[in-house]
Amino acid sequence: MSLRLEPRTGATLGLKLAVSILAALAALLLVALPVLLAGGSPLASYGLIVQGAFGSLFALSETLTRATPLILTGLGAAIAFRARLWNIGLEGQLYIGALAAVLVGSGIFQLPPLLLIPLVMLAGFLAGGCTMVVPAILKQRFGADEVVITLLLNFVVILLVQMLVEGPLKDPLSMGWPQSVPIDPAAEFPALFPRLRTHMGLLVGIAAALALWFVVRKTVLGFEIRAVGENKAAARFAGIPVDGTMLKVALISGGLAGLAGVGEVAGVKGYLSADLSPGYGYSGIVVAMLAGLSPIGTVFAAIFVAAVFVGADSMSRATGISNYLADLVVALSLLCVLVGGFFLRFRIHWERSAPASAGE
Amino acid sequence: MEIIDILLSPNFWAAAIRIATPLIFGVLGALLCERAGVLNLGIEGIFVAGAMAGWFAVYLGLGLWTGVLVAAAVGGMFGLLHAVLTVILGLSQHVSGIGITLLATSLSYFTYRTALPSVSTPPRITAFQPLAIPGLSDLPFIGPALFQQTPMTMLSLVCVGLVALVLYRTPLGLAIRAVGDNPAAVEAQGLSVRGLRIGAVVAGSALMGLGGAFLTMSAFDAFFFGMVNGRGWICIALVVFASWQPGKALLGALLFGAFDAFQIRLQAQIGQVVPGQVFLMLPYLLSIAALVLVARRADYPRALLQPWFKGQRH
Repeated sequence: MSLRLEPRTGATLGLKLAVSILAALAALLLVALPVLLAGGSPLASYGLIVQGAFGSLFALSETLTRATPLILTGLGAAIAFRARLWNIGLEGQLYIGALAAVLVGSGIFQLPPLLLIPLVMLAGFLAGGCTMVVPAILKQRFGADEVVITLLLNFVVILLVQMLVEGPLKDPLSMGWPQSVPIDPAAEFPALFPRLRTHMGLLVGIAAALALWFVVRKTVLGFEIRAVGENKAAARFAGIPVDGTMLKVALISGGLAGLAGVGEVAGVKGYLSADLSPGYGYSGIVVAMLAGLSPIGTVFAAIFVAAVFVGADSMSRATGISNYLADLVVALSLLCVLVGGFFLRFRIHWERSAPASAGE
Repeated sequence: MEIIDILLSPNFWAAAIRIATPLIFGVLGALLCERAGVLNLGIEGIFVAGAMAGWFAVYLGLGLWTGVLVAAAVGGMFGLLHAVLTVILGLSQHVSGIGITLLATSLSYFTYRTALPSVSTPPRITAFQPLAIPGLSDLPFIGPALFQQTPMTMLSLVCVGLVALVLYRTPLGLAIRAVGDNPAAVEAQGLSVRGLRIGAVVAGSALMGLGGAFLTMSAFDAFFFGMVNGRGWICIALVVFASWQPGKALLGALLFGAFDAFQIRLQAQIGQVVPGQVFLMLPYLLSIAALVLVARRADYPRALLQPWFKGQRH
C-alpha cells in the first residue's frame, strides 16, 4: 500500500476556514496533555480561559486591546509572506514605529489632535516601513538573506530603544524607570468606550485589513504581489516590475508593524519602553499563518490569539497553572495550521498497487 | 597599551573559546541541516530546550553526561518534528522553524514553571568543571587558554573534526552533500532523499541541543528565562559566513567569541563614555555586515528550502 499525493487546485474559502478552525481545536486538544501533567483539568482550564477572555465587558475590552497590535503585525506578515518576502523583523519594526511616535508626538509639534494623530501615524508607518525596505534592498542588491537580517535587526532595534530610554529620551519624572518622555495628550488615541482600554487603534487595524483586502483583490498592485509570490521568474518574464513590487510590499509590511508600535504608545502606554511589546511581532507571524494570509481572516485570528493570552493570564491567576500555556497554545496552533496547509494543497490517495510511476 | 594587554592575556582567549563553544555546536548543527537542504530556524528554541532538558535531568539526580545525552535527545526530537513537517509534508521551512522555536521555548518555560512553581532564585546544579589536561595545561599561554576548559568545550572541538570527517571522507557525507545540492541525482542512485534529510536534520538538531546544554551545564549552573538570548540566530548567520564548511564554522565561532570577550573587557574600560547597549549591538551589526559582504559569493546548497517528493522531476 502506498500513498500518493495529488495537488489540489484552488481550495475554497469554506475549506480554508474549516482547516484553520480544526487546527486551533487540534492545538487545544494537544495542550490538554501538559495541563493534565501540571495537575489541572483541561476542560475547566479552557472554560476559565474563555471566561477570562470574553466573560465580561472588561475582559472583552482587554482582549480587543491586545488584539489591536496583533491585527497590524499580522497584516504586515500576511502581505509580505504573500509575496514570499520573509519578514521576521516585525518586532523591531514595531519598536521603530513606537520610537517615531514618541519623537514626533512628544512636544516638537504643537498641533490639535486632528492633525497630530495622523502625523504620528504617518511617522510610525514610514519609520517601520523603511526598517523593512533596507533589508529588501540588501536582498535585491547583494542577495543577502532577508530572514536572518530582519531577525538580527530586532535585537539591534530593541537595544537602541533601551539605550534611548535610559539616555537621551529618558523621562526625568519617571522615578528612575527606563521609560521615555510621555507622548503629547493631543497625540493620544481616543478610547472607544468610557473607562476601558480599547482604543482607536482597533479601528485603524480593521480599516487596514479592509484596505489590504481591497488592494490584494482589486488592484494592479495586488495582482503583481500575487504574481511575484507565486512565481518570481514568471512574473519577471511577464513584465511585472518585481523589484519595485517587493519594495512596496516591504514598505507596507514594515509600515503596518510600525503602526502597531504607534498604537501601543499612543493608545495604551503613553510612553516608550524596552518592554513595550511582549512579542507582538513574532505572534503576528502566527496570526498571519492562522488566517491563511487572508487580510480579513487576520482580524479574527488576532482576536483568537489575543483571547488565548488574556484568558490564560486570568486562568493562571485562578489555578496556578503557568501562563506560558498561552505561548504553547499559540505555538501548537501555528504548527497545526501548517499541517492543515498540507491538506489544503494536496489530496491524499491510498493505493494498494505498486507506487505510481515517476513520469505521470 | 591596554588593548594589547587584553589580547596577550590567556584569560581573554580562554573566555573567547568559552563563549564560542555553544556557537560551535549550533553552527555545526545548522550546517548539517542546511547541507542536506533544510533550513532549521528552530535552532533558537532547540537551544532553550537543550539548556532546560540537560539542566533538569541533572537537577533530578542524573549524571552530567546523561544530562548531555538527554539534551541531545530532546534536540533531536524537535529536529524530527521539523523534519516531518518540512521533509515529509514539504511545508515552508521558514514557518515550520519559527513554529519549532516557539514550541520548544514555551514548552521549556512551561515545564520549568510547572516543575518549580514557587522558586524565585533558580536552583543550581554541580556543573562541569574545567578539566586540566595533564602536561598540556601547563604549557605557557596555550595551556590556560585551550587546555583548562570544561569537557563540553573539548567535545565541541571533537564534533568539528567528526562532522568534517563524515561530510568529506565518507560515502554518507557525500550523500548528505548531494541531497542538499541535487536530490534528483541522489534518488537516481537508489538512495533515500527523505531518509538522508531526516537523519541530517535530527543529527544537526541534536548538536543544537548540546549547544544549549553547554549554557546550563558548563558555562552556568542554572536555567534562566531568556538565557539563550539570540545565540541561535547568530548561528544561522555564522553558517553563511562559514560557507557551510565545518572548519570555517569553527573559525567563525572563535572570531565571534573573541570579539564578544573583547567587547566585555573594552566596556569595562570605556563603559562610562559609551552606553553598554552599543557593545551589545555590535555582534548583531557585525553579523549583518558579514552576511551582506559574503552574500554575493555565498555558495548556498542549491536545493536549500526546496521540498522534494518521490519521483519528482525537474
